[in-house]
Amino acid sequence: MPESEVSLNTDLLVVGGGIAGITTAVESSEAGLDVVLIEKEPYLGGRVSRFHHYFPKLCPPACGLEINYKRLRGNPSVKIYTLSEVQSIEGKEGDYTVTITVKPRYVHPWAMDYTEWAKSCPVEIEDDFNYGLNNKKAVYRNYENAFPQTFVVDESVVDNPDFREWVKSCPDGGIDLEMKPLTIKVKTASIAWATGWQPYDANKLDILSYGKHPDIITNVMMERLAAENGPTAGKITLPSGKDKVGSVAFVQCAGSRDENHLPFCSGVCCLASLKQASYVLEQYPEADVHMFYIDVRTPGRLEDFYQEREENPKINMHRGKVARVDIEEDGLIVTAENTLTATLEKVKVDLVVLATGMQPSTMDTPPPIDISMDENGFIEQKADAEGIYGVGTCVRPYDVAATLQDATGAAVKALQMARRA
Amino acid sequence: MAKHEIKLGIYCSADEEITSALDMEALEKVALGESKAIVWKTHKKITSPEGEALIKKDIEEHGLDRIVVLDRSQRANPDMFNFGDNIFVEQVPFRELVVWTHEPNDEDTQMLAEDYLRMFAAKMGSVKPAEAAEYEGDMSRKILVIGGGVSGLRTALQSAKCGFEVELVEKEDHLGGHAARWKTTFPTKEPYTKIVDNNIDELIGEVDAHDKINVHLSTKVKRISGAPGFFQATLKNGTVAEPIQIGSIVQATGWKPYNAKKLGHLGYGVKNVITNIQMEDMIAKDAIVRPSDNKAPESIAFIQCAGSRDKEHLPYCSAVCCRVSLKHAMLVREKYPDTKIFVIYKDIRSPGQYELFYQNAQNDPAFFFTKGEVAEVKELANGGLIIDVDETLLGEAISIEADMLVLATGMVPTTLVEDTVMDVGEETPADAPVEEEEDLNDGKKASSSAEVGARILNLTYRQGSDLPTLKYGFPDSHFICFPYETRRTAIFAAGTVRAPMDIAQATTDANGAALKAVQAINMLDKGMGLHPRSRDLSFPDFFLQRCTQCKRCTEDCPFGALDEDEKGTPKPNTTRCRRCGTCMGACPERIINFDNFSVPMGNAMIKAIEVPEELEEKPRIIAFMCENDALPALEAAAAKRLKFNPWVRIIPVRCLGSVNLVWITNCLDNGMDGIMMLGCKHGDDYQCHFVKGSELAQYRMGNAQEKLQQMALEEERVIVDSIAIDEWEKAIKVIEDYSEVIEEIGANPFKDF
Repeated sequence: MPESEVSLNTDLLVVGGGIAGITTAVESSEAGLDVVLIEKEPYLGGRVSRFHHYFPKLCPPACGLEINYKRLRGNPSVKIYTLSEVQSIEGKEGDYTVTITVKPRYVHPWAMDYTEWAKSCPVEIEDDFNYGLNNKKAVYRNYENAFPQTFVVDESVVDNPDFREWVKSCPDGGIDLEMKPLTIKVKTASIAWATGWQPYDANKLDILSYGKHPDIITNVMMERLAAENGPTAGKITLPSGKDKVGSVAFVQCAGSRDENHLPFCSGVCCLASLKQASYVLEQYPEADVHMFYIDVRTPGRLEDFYQEREENPKINMHRGKVARVDIEEDGLIVTAENTLTATLEKVKVDLVVLATGMQPSTMDTPPPIDISMDENGFIEQKADAEGIYGVGTCVRPYDVAATLQDATGAAVKALQMARRA
Repeated sequence: MAKHEIKLGIYCSADEEITSALDMEALEKVALGESKAIVWKTHKKITSPEGEALIKKDIEEHGLDRIVVLDRSQRANPDMFNFGDNIFVEQVPFRELVVWTHEPNDEDTQMLAEDYLRMFAAKMGSVKPAEAAEYEGDMSRKILVIGGGVSGLRTALQSAKCGFEVELVEKEDHLGGHAARWKTTFPTKEPYTKIVDNNIDELIGEVDAHDKINVHLSTKVKRISGAPGFFQATLKNGTVAEPIQIGSIVQATGWKPYNAKKLGHLGYGVKNVITNIQMEDMIAKDAIVRPSDNKAPESIAFIQCAGSRDKEHLPYCSAVCCRVSLKHAMLVREKYPDTKIFVIYKDIRSPGQYELFYQNAQNDPAFFFTKGEVAEVKELANGGLIIDVDETLLGEAISIEADMLVLATGMVPTTLVEDTVMDVGEETPADAPVEEEEDLNDGKKASSSAEVGARILNLTYRQGSDLPTLKYGFPDSHFICFPYETRRTAIFAAGTVRAPMDIAQATTDANGAALKAVQAINMLDKGMGLHPRSRDLSFPDFFLQRCTQCKRCTEDCPFGALDEDEKGTPKPNTTRCRRCGTCMGACPERIINFDNFSVPMGNAMIKAIEVPEELEEKPRIIAFMCENDALPALEAAAAKRLKFNPWVRIIPVRCLGSVNLVWITNCLDNGMDGIMMLGCKHGDDYQCHFVKGSELAQYRMGNAQEKLQQMALEEERVIVDSIAIDEWEKAIKVIEDYSEVIEEIGANPFKDF
């Protein structure tokens, strides 16, 4: 039986194993700190591991993740716990005691690669890594280069009798369905809260018909459709089953810059849609791409990325806020409103991509301690070091580069707090 | 190190997957025979605590110092087999490269398995564990910060608060940069609608009061020689001071406004047309008046992107000007409640919570926003202005009349030498490009590849005096994942010199730069390498007695780590090195090697491969693969159990830049039929984390082709291709396609010699 409680002493606890948390942990450890990094999912990598490519280089996130994983592998000063969540935080700046629950993985770290065996698993679950675009086996690994490499058993199937029966056929006995949760008490000088973001719930966008037709998807789903480790191995197909994508509409500010939804701008959706326009045109050079926007926001040198696409005759830019999306037999009708001229513009397309914004995960799951947050759930950031601080997209809707700038900066606060403690 | 000195143990997992695919006895024979292992053992699961204990026991019993484990890639079991600093362990991706990807119980698969065993055993005979570099003299833990604006002040303060001493250099006679003149900025907390104080005086006060920060005003950097930890920085304030030993450096020299004199088409030059810089100064002096008559303006127009997002001027967006104009307009409105505001824009860019700041302006009925392109600005007899705007949303041209016009000009990094600096008001002209012609490069002229830009750091590096810049003169990182990646080890850029940004972002940027400066010292002090080979202890050894002064290593080093003496002999700088092996790949004399990664290592691995005679019709292809991207891509394909040609043997490399031509020629001499070099994408959007390794491999192909011509071999015998980490399908395709090409052109005629 595994131990039920472990105590650790560390300089820094990083909550969240996405790219922000990984970076804070790696950068802090290389600056001399001992770090505990926890992630609630079974694998590190967070949202970016679900992206196909980054703008503006159109390079795979897995490349930078791999370098960071390399910096974590065999790094004696970082302890990593997946399937872990903070239960409580006690104490004060410089001297916190954090209670963490680690859910069982049900797979031993030394277990073999179950790719072949898992094919025979009789139980499937919805693949939330792919935003529900497909189902997957209940013993799985998100993708081949995931960190850690060990498979995981989905907790929802542990008591399923069919599943339990099947597990008896495990070739190396690496699965143990009797594993129990573990409680960890971490004493730490400071806490970096890097729990990231979630896509704004498109189900709230009734007028845009999300959920009413499979070919009305969100931008995060589009990333999975284009990703080589996604449900279609990177072939962009219409979820309805029609194989060819003849036209696509990107609906910007879907639930953003909108008092009824997210009042702020997520800062990245324009670039994400421009990037996704390239995904489409790479696979379907003849496709017509339409982008409906209020303002195109591509700051700094990212302007080049926009200009290249603005000059592309296959990408049609429409200034106007989309009023509605209607489903007709032979296509999806996007209606946009030009507020100045009070005219309506209609375009018929095969695929609608809603550019939904980023909501900080702290909106639904704030840290269990008194911390200054705004009404949208963003943690207030201070220039100086403090005991617990937000990092990355729980502070502002940053893009990846700005998130990592912020995450590196967070490490300097960790260093100062550890010195004070 | 000679082979007989090592004590090698080879361990292989022997579960059903492996034993049903391979002849284990034959493997044992190779291990104990030609590979001269002292111990060969199989275990049902060698990558388990039990397997680890088994090896540990053997190390104690037999004194093993080299261990080869045949199971999974080290990426699968990263925390296993740490037997201490003196035991060199290699985890061979045996399942990935053999068992999962090739037919079980097949002659070719068995030959492949035996070859990998031989190759990695041979590798063990030519490598040893690396030891931390030892430096001559003591390293400095001091940080030099250049630039006393928001970014520099914050970097200095954060570094000092981490316990590090800081030398802060500012060319002006006061601290604070632009922020000291202007005092206000945008809100970063609720309700996000009100203009706030930029707190610059408080920041300056903190810096002035900190006992670890030594401020040098009216000072420039005359030169910086040496290497991280051992930099010698010579400062100049009228007179030249004694050099100060420095550990790491942050360049936070900021920005200059775009030269408004180039904006005549937007009315600049007309009296009542001013720039946002002049507007800031008016606000600071509480004198917002129309220049022609010093009257309060009844209407002010703002033209956004004045000389920005414009191919004729600055093609990029300066990211702050929209908010700056909104701020100006709001301050005007506070002072003159009846003044109307016209904003002519392309897109209003107020990302994140700044959207609420913009909404606040939109809610003010005195603001009129017009999206369009300015066609012409005309001056009226009364001093007023007419602004003709085309391509509006209404689809028609409109004219706006205003008392005053403000041009929202953009930001130019101080690293760029151009006549882009405006000379209005008190604006300081650009740093003179070169103040005095001086022999900065230790007797060597800067190489032609050196970046052209302002001389600010005045490094005595062979590859140039300053940080290499990217497009538009910004010395920024080229990596999204690593914003502080730098091509000059332990020298980081922060703030607006790196990219256009506002005070809030410059503040977080400075935090990051301070961390990197501190971290560089921490790592180098332990003799360790910095990102991306963090914690790597290996360092190249130069056997200079055989150097022919060809200068390839000093030219090719992506990080400018090598200087040269008068004759052109390389002068290594341990603390500048990033351990990529590009110099090792460059050296025609093969005198540059690491303890644990070397030219002889590659040669030994190549030699270990059994080459069947031509009649057997079993070609042999060697693939040198980047261990960060191409190889993990292939391993992903392997995990999907995709098959590829069993003629291919893979040699993982740190970077394609580390592939030495002699490996290629040895492959050909040893009868290999084809050679592939698979690395990262190069070009403008390069993905190589050693900047130009894959590009150099492509470039050096010329030499390989020469060799092919000499041997009268087909040019297809050697190829370079790129495989990104997610391109697992392509990885298989490239290998399969190439195998077909080799089959078609037939055997290497040197095979049976």
